[in-house]
Amino acid sequence: MNRIQQNDFNVADEYTRLVQLDNTGAIVTFTGLVRAEDDGEAVASLTLEHYPGMTEKTLQAVEDEACSRWPLNQVCIIHRVGELKAGEQIVFIGVGSAHRAAAFAACEFIIDSLKTNVMLWKKQTDIAGTGKWLTQKAADIEKSTKWKIG
Amino acid sequence: MVTGEGMIRILYFAQLREMFNCEQEHLALTKSITTLDDLRRVLGERGTRWVALTQNNKTLAAVNQQLAGNDCVLQAGDEIAFFQPVTGG
Repeated sequence: MNRIQQNDFNVADEYTRLVQLDNTGAIVTFTGLVRAEDDGEAVASLTLEHYPGMTEKTLQAVEDEACSRWPLNQVCIIHRVGELKAGEQIVFIGVGSAHRAAAFAACEFIIDSLKTNVMLWKKQTDIAGTGKWLTQKAADIEKSTKWKIG
Repeated sequence: MVTGEGMIRILYFAQLREMFNCEQEHLALTKSITTLDDLRRVLGERGTRWVALTQNNKTLAAVNQQLAGNDCVLQAGDEIAFFQPVTGG
């Protein structure tokens, strides 16, 4: 399952939902946060813009691709939008599988895919109130190539 | 997806939205606009800031919420979105 939302999420609650009475032997989770400092600059907030309709489609496509590549029992992706203060949670990924290799790999694949394939844009604002739209990092593009995404 | 005959709806996101000071607009599909490439050219003719739309490596596009290449043929009722490379996650 996946969703785009403004409200915060509770990692413990989401983990509990991933635990099912099946052959799941491994659950891997990832939480992305707004850094209070980026490249030496103090960050006040991060604003996430999305394209209602298309963002959800591209998010579903990432989940579908992960499920097609690995034997996954549960997938949960939650991505927040709107203005988020330094230290706040941005994204949660939870993956359950019979064995850990698939869970680790799928979780990494999903966060790497979120960086380059989902319709979201980040604007970072410093403590002086100056905002700048972030650009794709070379490292993220490389990872996208590594996974052969898109 | 769009009201009005012969019209397309254009959405601008993030940095482009700020650059053009425009979130969305409706445009008539004239004979000079057949493909996405034509649309980029026509919008680019508006002036300095809009030239960014003719720089394919810096601005991407979606037609009816699917990523689209410049040879994509446009039809009345289409929803076109222009944006710079995404930065989610």
